[in-house]
Amino acid sequence: MHGKIVAVFGNMVIAEARSEVVQNSVGYCCRDDGAKLLSEVIRIRGRRVDLQVFEETRGLKVGDNVEFEKEMLSVDLGPGLLGQIYDGLQNPLPQLAKEVGYFLEPGKYIHGLDLEKKWDCTPAVEVGATVRAGDKLATCPEGIFKHEIMVPFSWSGDFTVKEITPAGSYTVEQQIAVLTDSDGNDRPVTMQQRWPVKRPLAVCKRRLMPEHPLITQVRIIDSMFPIVRGGTYCIPGPFGAGKTVLQQIMSRHAEVDIVIIAACGERAGEVVETIREFPEIKDPRTGKSLMERTIIICNTSAMPVAAREASVYTAATLAEYYRQMGLHVLLLADSTSRWAQAMREVSGRLEEIPGEEAFPAYLESRIAGFYERAAALELNDGRVASVTIGGTVSPAGGNFEEPVTQGTLKVVGAFHGLSRARSDARRYPSIDPLESWSKYKGIIDPAKVEKLRNVLVRGNEVKQMMTVVGEEGTPIDDFAVMLKSELFDNCYLQQNAFDDVDGATSPDRQQLVFGKILEVMDTDFGFEDRKQARDVMFKLQDLFRNWNYEAPDSDEYKTSIEKIDSFIAAKGR
Amino acid sequence: MRKYYDEITRVAGNVVNVTAAGIGYDELAVITTSRGDSLAQVIRLEGDQVSLQIFAGTQGVSTGDRIRFLSRPMQVPFSDDLLGRVFDGSGKPRDGRPVVEADPVDIGSPAVNPVMRRQPDRMINTGIPMIDVFNSLVESQKLPIFSVAGEPYNELLARVGLQAEADVIILGGMGLRHDDYLKFRNTFEEGGVLGRTIMYIHTAADPVVECLLVPDQCLAIGEAYALQGKRVLCLLTDMTSFADSLKEIAITMEQIPSNRGYPGDLYTQLAKRYEKAVDFDGAGSMTLLACVTMPGDDVTHPVPDNTGYITEGQFYLRNGRIEPFGSLSRLKQQVNGDSSRDDHRAIMDGCLQLYSSCREAREKKAMGFETSAWDEKLLKYGELFEAKIMDLSVNIMLFDALDLCWEILAECFEPVETGMRRTILEKHWPHELAAEKEEAAVS
Repeated sequence: MHGKIVAVFGNMVIAEARSEVVQNSVGYCCRDDGAKLLSEVIRIRGRRVDLQVFEETRGLKVGDNVEFEKEMLSVDLGPGLLGQIYDGLQNPLPQLAKEVGYFLEPGKYIHGLDLEKKWDCTPAVEVGATVRAGDKLATCPEGIFKHEIMVPFSWSGDFTVKEITPAGSYTVEQQIAVLTDSDGNDRPVTMQQRWPVKRPLAVCKRRLMPEHPLITQVRIIDSMFPIVRGGTYCIPGPFGAGKTVLQQIMSRHAEVDIVIIAACGERAGEVVETIREFPEIKDPRTGKSLMERTIIICNTSAMPVAAREASVYTAATLAEYYRQMGLHVLLLADSTSRWAQAMREVSGRLEEIPGEEAFPAYLESRIAGFYERAAALELNDGRVASVTIGGTVSPAGGNFEEPVTQGTLKVVGAFHGLSRARSDARRYPSIDPLESWSKYKGIIDPAKVEKLRNVLVRGNEVKQMMTVVGEEGTPIDDFAVMLKSELFDNCYLQQNAFDDVDGATSPDRQQLVFGKILEVMDTDFGFEDRKQARDVMFKLQDLFRNWNYEAPDSDEYKTSIEKIDSFIAAKGR
Repeated sequence: MRKYYDEITRVAGNVVNVTAAGIGYDELAVITTSRGDSLAQVIRLEGDQVSLQIFAGTQGVSTGDRIRFLSRPMQVPFSDDLLGRVFDGSGKPRDGRPVVEADPVDIGSPAVNPVMRRQPDRMINTGIPMIDVFNSLVESQKLPIFSVAGEPYNELLARVGLQAEADVIILGGMGLRHDDYLKFRNTFEEGGVLGRTIMYIHTAADPVVECLLVPDQCLAIGEAYALQGKRVLCLLTDMTSFADSLKEIAITMEQIPSNRGYPGDLYTQLAKRYEKAVDFDGAGSMTLLACVTMPGDDVTHPVPDNTGYITEGQFYLRNGRIEPFGSLSRLKQQVNGDSSRDDHRAIMDGCLQLYSSCREAREKKAMGFETSAWDEKLLKYGELFEAKIMDLSVNIMLFDALDLCWEILAECFEPVETGMRRTILEKHWPHELAAEKEEAAVS
């Protein structure tokens, strides 16, 4: 299938096709120095085909050839994905660096999986067994997990296992089984298969209601605005409010099997941090390097914009693939606004009628479609597995009334809104406790959460009022509420991400500290004047703050609890 | 034998259409007009129509003029002869000295592979406590200075240029006033750094397309030096002019505007430039400091807004001071932890939290409310902090600045009031000073 280029404009190419063309299929624009630039068909008008090119179009000429393929943009699935660093089109970046050096080279593509490496494969079915798409055929160890080789997801109907190779070492291209379909045709199976990124992958019995809390060890999230396995959440916030640090903390401490980080149109520096640090950090639960459970999809802001649009789908597909093995996966997309902007750029070049802020009219349905790929599933063999999606949003001017934030809020289960005011005051994580919400149930009794939230709301009201009537015009009881809400904020909601102990709080400890804070809230200290009230609460804050920094098995930890208990019992006197 | 094309079919804005075949996208061309030769770049191909952006503008372009294509993208000559020189947006010498002959490097090279970047970990000392202590500048960082017209942002930029230990300084001026350019020149000359400085200057009077080329040339040269293992500091001012030029050209090209007339790819265009800041694994680095003036002091304006999302933090320059709130260096964690003094972070957070409370106390006082003893302490602290630390004229090194912060704290507060951790307080609280203060109070 061929065509010829008739126009080039930015990363858009218009070609005249001489044969059948499939919408959203892959095409290659052939530059006259031999480089073939990957592109995607995004519109067909008569014989004219519009393609978005996933590379810089520098050097393309009118009259250059375009080769069309039938397949849609797809990724390779198989052992060897974990620990990899890919660009948005699944090119492994370390291998690219080995071959072409410091810079990325347009038209240079490398297979997503290592084709040389041999995997110790053990058969999991016997000859004669009946299998269907997604059923396990064999397993091989991949890092800390048992990677399952499954019947290709795109095959429909029942198959009979005709051959299965004995245990041994194989590359991903070697045949490991032969399956016979109901018409008697034999089809070979290798350890790798392909799947189009824009189609959700979910072979399962049914979708479950997501309700198992996903522990992140971030107190304000787990206790106040929890997320669940198979759920969705978003983190909108102005620049500099700490979105990325928050995402990084999540990727370290979240209680899931696999974390996939999609760095979509963001700084390369952030990815570098992850790339350099993760191999050094030990996963507290497995004792192995964090990188062994991480995949990074990295299409930074300077990399071509069309590939940015594809990168979140690539990430979602890899997440879904591991979910099929019964694992819990967390997908962090940073930032979905850059992804939406990529759509806007393409839409602008197509000269489509613009919607709000020039975003295309289909923005909301695309956002919804992406978040819907998160789910908790009951797989065909009864195991429960999940993909959780957390997306950051970078609203223009920090104003949440813009199309991407609004489109996202409609479809997510939890909202962690970051506030400039809190980050300016260095109250980290800067999740706004008054504006954020979660529809999920977490580790703390919702009634207690509600109670403390009310304290925060009251405290905020008193603060507002004090700016009008002054401290002397504020009744002592109101003043005490304000101080209590400050204590809760300073000693519980705020957390020092760079401290080994305070940076990650286990659920047990969260429940314990939360309980103590509740005790403080319920205690009537009987303050006589504002100065005494402030002194007492400062001291109490000091006790709680130091407690937060103390390792759970240390002596200081126990002393701190005793001190707090006796302080509360004595009402600060 | 060069081939010339002379069938000009359209002239609009800075764009000329010519009928030609076999032309590559992004290729460079030369148009010969009655005013002389000008470079031009291919920005659109459609059938046999080639759209060219003319660097010198289309004023006086005749339908009878001739165009010659160069079969190569935009390039800049690169050699050590560039040091100490001044060029304009199209790369011609501005200092009356001869053209530099050297092997060229392409401008607008592809993105750096993220796995070939190092994690930045070297602090750049500026002698400005608001930067060194509170928001350290780190080698290979990209950081804008958000400001408004009238603030001394160019002076600040020049000062960082003088004090930072860089092997090569590259200054890119966009829409610069001529006297600003002369001021930069004089400052660098007096500071003795002109010999390792290269300037690409587009003044407000030059053609708008040349403005677009300034950052690309600076960054291409900077990148070439960084690849040679040099530590490059690139200063760009003012990026808002650059964005405005983008807007002007996008609109003449009839692109659908997205936000306040700026093109939909503003983020990508800015990111492509800022992302050139790099610390190469196994070679040198390029640090990028840019001025962004905020029209109407509005940080939600598309240019500062998009910039803020791209860069690794930002400095706000207001009333001649670097504003502590909002200013942020995202990379400071890389250099203010183990590699700095153990009290660096505690001072950084503690001093700012107290200063924030001080501002609240000021508001209270301004509204005529009674101030408590605590408020008085905060007010005193605020004044000392502003005079001794925040003022831009303060020029002290990092550890001295930290000591000074402790002195100010001890002069105003009791240790427990600072909200810092006990271990840090025990180690660093200047007890002698506090004792002196008490003695003074007793007598």
